[in-house]
Amino acid sequence: MSDEMYREVILDYYQNPRNKGTIGKPEISAMDYNPLCGDKITFQMNLDANGKVAEVKFDGEGCAISQASASMLTEMVMGKDINDLSRISRTEILESLGNPTLGPVRIKCAMLCLKVMKVGVYSHLGGSGDRSEE
Amino acid sequence: MESIAITKDFGKVRDDFPVLQRTVNGKRLVYLDTAATSQKPNIVIDSINEYYRNHYANVHRGLYALSVEATEAYEESRTKIANFINAKNADELVFVRNATEGINLVAYSWARSNIEKNDTILATEMEHHSNLVPWQQTAKFLGSDLDFIKIDEDGQLILDDLERAFSKKVKLLAITHVSNVLGTINPLKKIIKYAHDHGARVLVDAAQSAPHMPLDVQDLDCDFLVISGHKMMGPDGIGVLYGKRELLLKMDPFLFGGDMIKEVHLRDARWNDLPWKFEAGTPNVSGAIGLGVASDYLRDLDMKAVRAHERSLVEYSINELLGIDDITIFGPKDSDIRCGVVSFNLDDIHPHDVASVLDTEGIAVRAGHHCAQPLMERLGVSATTRASFHVYNSREDIDSLVEGLQKTKKMFKK
Repeated sequence: MSDEMYREVILDYYQNPRNKGTIGKPEISAMDYNPLCGDKITFQMNLDANGKVAEVKFDGEGCAISQASASMLTEMVMGKDINDLSRISRTEILESLGNPTLGPVRIKCAMLCLKVMKVGVYSHLGGSGDRSEE
Repeated sequence: MESIAITKDFGKVRDDFPVLQRTVNGKRLVYLDTAATSQKPNIVIDSINEYYRNHYANVHRGLYALSVEATEAYEESRTKIANFINAKNADELVFVRNATEGINLVAYSWARSNIEKNDTILATEMEHHSNLVPWQQTAKFLGSDLDFIKIDEDGQLILDDLERAFSKKVKLLAITHVSNVLGTINPLKKIIKYAHDHGARVLVDAAQSAPHMPLDVQDLDCDFLVISGHKMMGPDGIGVLYGKRELLLKMDPFLFGGDMIKEVHLRDARWNDLPWKFEAGTPNVSGAIGLGVASDYLRDLDMKAVRAHERSLVEYSINELLGIDDITIFGPKDSDIRCGVVSFNLDDIHPHDVASVLDTEGIAVRAGHHCAQPLMERLGVSATTRASFHVYNSREDIDSLVEGLQKTKKMFKK
């Protein structure tokens, strides 16, 4: 199972994370844990005048799956309209991870970043958080 | 210091466990998660089957043959387990769902009427959440103080800290016999004596010790002790609370309903005798029967020999694991005071990644905080990987673990 789980791309993003860190004064910021694994992800964004993502950072600690997927998500949201972010799906996350075989436990690690990002977006837009990523 | 018994040959024991005959991911199953739950021997599985097939009926009060047989089997199990822990009387054993429920029973039925506002409830820094959260809630309810015996860098209780801890008005010490993370075997007899000399009662969490070493409640002189059935080769959903009779007699029931009463009127009721006054409702009869058989199975293996076997596995595993670069092992290195539990971290690889890679090799270990978050904080880590053993494990299993860890390291090599 896990030879299929730890694809090269995951290990690459885990060991050389893109957009890791924090933004000084983020417009959008959210943080959550995966209590099962103790994974922790903070996701921060700033928008340009047109409401597009101009700056994005993630920070956190945890397993390779959780950290790699968060890093990949930063690249996926960059330049996108804030109104389009809630449409990013679980499938897209899994595709960027190379469709690894993840069991029901580890899939939560992969989806934590998506959940955190959406909570940030919804609270910025004034809606209530969608919990479907849990 | 324990006498070093000649290790009995447990090579054939693995054959008693059907699940250990299967493969996982095409590999021989290496089960190293007994501290979470143990696998079950055929004899336990068969006993439950036999009960449901041939003797099933509700216990007590039934006047027909089946019910009498079920009741006899249920009560015989109580006696078997009483013998296993050397309790003076079988009626000092209450069947509960698990160790957690046993602790909650003591918290509600004893602590809430015997501890006052200015008293202290004492625990340790190495408790499982099951022996911590009930006491947090009890202390909050009573407005009493909650304090902890500290541990040192090696994962042992600091016995010099007892004086400070017991300078307060301690009414109860809630303490684990063996740490589920560090494997540390606490010097209970000494600590219990100290607690009694200072007027405190002692509850022992024996979930991690009862399955692995000889246990004698009279020799320990503990006031309460809890056991988890599924960790000692029994079924899940069954556990045992032991309490000294004079304490149990004075305690009010924890749960109310059928079977726990002697007589009931519309507005009042009188409680049944020990231990049934604590066993409201239809009990887990099949669970109790299975646990009784499990305790006999362990007794027949000889608990001294079980302990000696696990001790030699601990020594071997610590030696072998220390041969891997960048490994950190938590807890005491001295196998005299260490049970068959080895927690470690491999370089900065997250324990969940370690466990996932090991799974590809058919090796089952646990990774996470092991229901001991305050202990994780104390150790300065968010999680560890834990391998734990029982008598069905062998050096071959540990060799597989070491190989698996080498593979993990290679995979995560930067």
